[in-house]
Amino acid sequence: MTTGQQALEETVDLAVPTHMTVSGRSHTLRVEPWTSLLDLLREGLQLTGSKKGCDHGQCGACTVLVNGVRVNSCLCLAVMHDGDAITTIEGLGSEGNLSTMQQSFVDHDGYQCGYCTPGQICSAVGMLNEGHARTEADIREQLSGNVCRCGAYPNIVAAVKHVMGMGQTEGGR
Amino acid sequence: MNTHLIGTDVNRIDGPAKVSGAAKYAAEFFASDMLYAVVVSGAIAHGEVDSIDTAAAMKVPGAMEVFSHKNRPHMAWFNKSYLDEDAPTDGKPLRPLYDEKIHHSGQPVALCVAETFEAARAMSRLVEVSYKALTHQTDMTFAVQEAKKVEKSNRAGIEPPPKNRGNSAQAYADAPVKLAKGYLSPTEIHNPIELFATTVVVNEDETMTIYDKTQSVSNSQLLVCNALGLYKDDVRVESPFVGGAFGSALRPQYQLILATMAAKALKRSVRLTLTRDQMFTLSHRPETLQEIRLGADTDGTLLAMHNESLQATSRYENYFEVIANWSGLSYLCENATMEEKTVSMDISTPGDMRAPGAVQGVWAIETAMDELAIATGRDPVDLRLQNYAEKDQNHDKKYSSKELKACYAQGAAMFRWNERKPTPRTERRGTALVGRGMAGGVWESPQMPASAKATLAPDGTLTIASGTADIGTGTYTVMAILAGEALGLPLAKVIVKLGDSELPVAPLEGGSWTVSSVGTAVTEACKAVAEKVFKLASGLDDSPLKHASFKDVEFVNERISLRSDAAKFVTLAAALASGDGEPIAEKTKAGPNFLKQHGYKSYTHSAVFAEVEVDEDFGTVSVCRVVSAIAGGRIINHEAARSQILGGVVWGIGMALQEQAETDHQFGRIMNHNLAEYHVSVNADVHDIEVIFVKEEDNIVNPIGAKGLGEIGLVGVAAAIGNAIYNATGKRIRELPITLDKLI
Repeated sequence: MTTGQQALEETVDLAVPTHMTVSGRSHTLRVEPWTSLLDLLREGLQLTGSKKGCDHGQCGACTVLVNGVRVNSCLCLAVMHDGDAITTIEGLGSEGNLSTMQQSFVDHDGYQCGYCTPGQICSAVGMLNEGHARTEADIREQLSGNVCRCGAYPNIVAAVKHVMGMGQTEGGR
Repeated sequence: MNTHLIGTDVNRIDGPAKVSGAAKYAAEFFASDMLYAVVVSGAIAHGEVDSIDTAAAMKVPGAMEVFSHKNRPHMAWFNKSYLDEDAPTDGKPLRPLYDEKIHHSGQPVALCVAETFEAARAMSRLVEVSYKALTHQTDMTFAVQEAKKVEKSNRAGIEPPPKNRGNSAQAYADAPVKLAKGYLSPTEIHNPIELFATTVVVNEDETMTIYDKTQSVSNSQLLVCNALGLYKDDVRVESPFVGGAFGSALRPQYQLILATMAAKALKRSVRLTLTRDQMFTLSHRPETLQEIRLGADTDGTLLAMHNESLQATSRYENYFEVIANWSGLSYLCENATMEEKTVSMDISTPGDMRAPGAVQGVWAIETAMDELAIATGRDPVDLRLQNYAEKDQNHDKKYSSKELKACYAQGAAMFRWNERKPTPRTERRGTALVGRGMAGGVWESPQMPASAKATLAPDGTLTIASGTADIGTGTYTVMAILAGEALGLPLAKVIVKLGDSELPVAPLEGGSWTVSSVGTAVTEACKAVAEKVFKLASGLDDSPLKHASFKDVEFVNERISLRSDAAKFVTLAAALASGDGEPIAEKTKAGPNFLKQHGYKSYTHSAVFAEVEVDEDFGTVSVCRVVSAIAGGRIINHEAARSQILGGVVWGIGMALQEQAETDHQFGRIMNHNLAEYHVSVNADVHDIEVIFVKEEDNIVNPIGAKGLGEIGLVGVAAAIGNAIYNATGKRIRELPITLDKLI
């Protein structure tokens, strides 16, 4: 029942064999060269946790981890990730088994509408992997590629600080 | 009412779904026969489509159809078929692909449908459209001579200005202190991060399930059925999660009609997602110019107020919002004149955007009040207290509650307002000038008719159902709290269903009225269930409640116990076990109590205090500190309530410093139609924000005493920041946003 995937396989003969691991699951796919990683995830694999907010690398809602590094998946062509390990929000934790970062977002109300949230969380995890954030100002700067129109920033920062063991100061409740 | 949940910090019950990607938004539902659609947007602001060549587009592998006004399926003929619940009643709503006429830049001119998204997108770039362009006007400065006075309401609750009070012209002429200034606010775009989208799933029996980005499933259902001649019973609209809206989804947007039209014609499921730049052609906050004149005594006592407000609108709908009225509402002044005018231009119809009208109106008057404070040498807080109104000045009615004085006092104390230096340019931090400013805020808190259903299953699980939406406001959680409170249940036993046209009808999710309206309906439905449970409980053999009446008992901790003696109780489980094994279901419709509310008006109020640092060389502004003190009635979920205010303040920072849609008038088109060039606040723009909820009891506003908080958090923020910038720099900027070029 995966229409997008069927279409990818059937209608176009320019498709390129691509292998990738998505959130621990191995996929062997035939992908059109013009398909973005984001569209492959959302429409092809029906992993809609990664969001489309601009399709231009300007909002960060599509942030996923590629081999542990955060990227805007709307700016990547899927075929360029042959052999890569992709982690999406679905791979960080599930509704009944949340990761520490996901739980911290719940505990600090680090969202409102929830649409930018998977990107915020993947970006925060990627930022921790990078290891350059030391202060609250660092967190704000290094998460500024992820736009939250609801304006949940103070709570997002509080959630990330909690995971970093920085405790509660301004912005936390 | 007992309060084991109300007023506490409750994590959102839909939180785990949101942080794990399990929450499904409109573009995230699938069908095995799915087609994808992409809109082709028109390139001119006014004129006609001359020709459309689709030959190249149809050669794309996977192409299904290109719809345009030339080959579109049947659409309704009568104008009334396109009037959604929020449409101006005297307008002619845009009909997508109806005919060749172009009313604004970016209007849809064709719809490409294909087997894949990529194929539809490729098609959209190959459709060749030629136009017969007519002259257009998108510049308010030049269109101003065509301004029309607003005389009557054309949308529920949107009032024309009140009658003049006293003689403001004479009082102004006689006033010892005079202030006359113009205040310009730009077009702003809602920009929720979720793209507007509709997924139409065609079921086997040819009925449709439509997943739409909307603030009202019933409004979407109404419009799509009327416009396309569908039967309500054949169309179910669902919208369980909405990725932000801020008013932009109050009126169904054109992707709903287009996706459904394509699905109906092709008998296939269709997904249509708009692009970010197309979202700049939907609704927007209108550009405004307010001419304000204040006359005052030398001690700052207001003697005359005049606000002549001008706002841009489209040519096909005379949409207007209430702007000038906010000037005359909140301050005691015997002589006041408010005028509202609209200017029709070749633009898309503006729409409600978070605190529509109040945002601009309050910004102007609260900036003018700061200027009056400077002119009379008064402290800005003292000036406001001196002119404080105990009655709604526009309607001459009592407030159901107004704890604004407590907002001023508590906000000033937390902010340490007394440390402010009244003279500009006196405080520095490194290379930055430091300034502090404040402003008041006000927004309505109405109650609308709403319905809800409560169903208590024999296992003690309660399901609440209402057709309202949760656009990030926390509706799921607040309804669970109210229901849990009413029946003494823990949140884990309450399920909330929203955003489905098959659920009881609720008003549009907007206007800060959802807690007030739907919350009251939910509470009353639960109370009706409670009465039935009580009957079961008191009917048990040896029931300790045998001689009690309903008002003698309370529902706490899954027990029905005597208020006078909590040791005498029946457990909910025991009461339900004595029933017939069927769920107890009650549906109620609740509306305002006109008898009780007669003679009163209800508003939320705020006092906002801001501290800024302005770099003297570069003119860059940092809003380092904001304290927002809110009088919003009873707070139901403190955590989500605080988040609403935080979000409002973040919007205020954007409004004050960043947001502006800029039109190239040569083409009549918004130029910065993306998130890289239309700046909204990002994380690094936001610093310390403190929120205070002052105690405010209100037994008149609605039975639960809560006022909505979605909009008040924004109102007043831009003025507070602008006033702080004046305090820092001595520069008064009366044109938003206050960008660095205006400061250096």
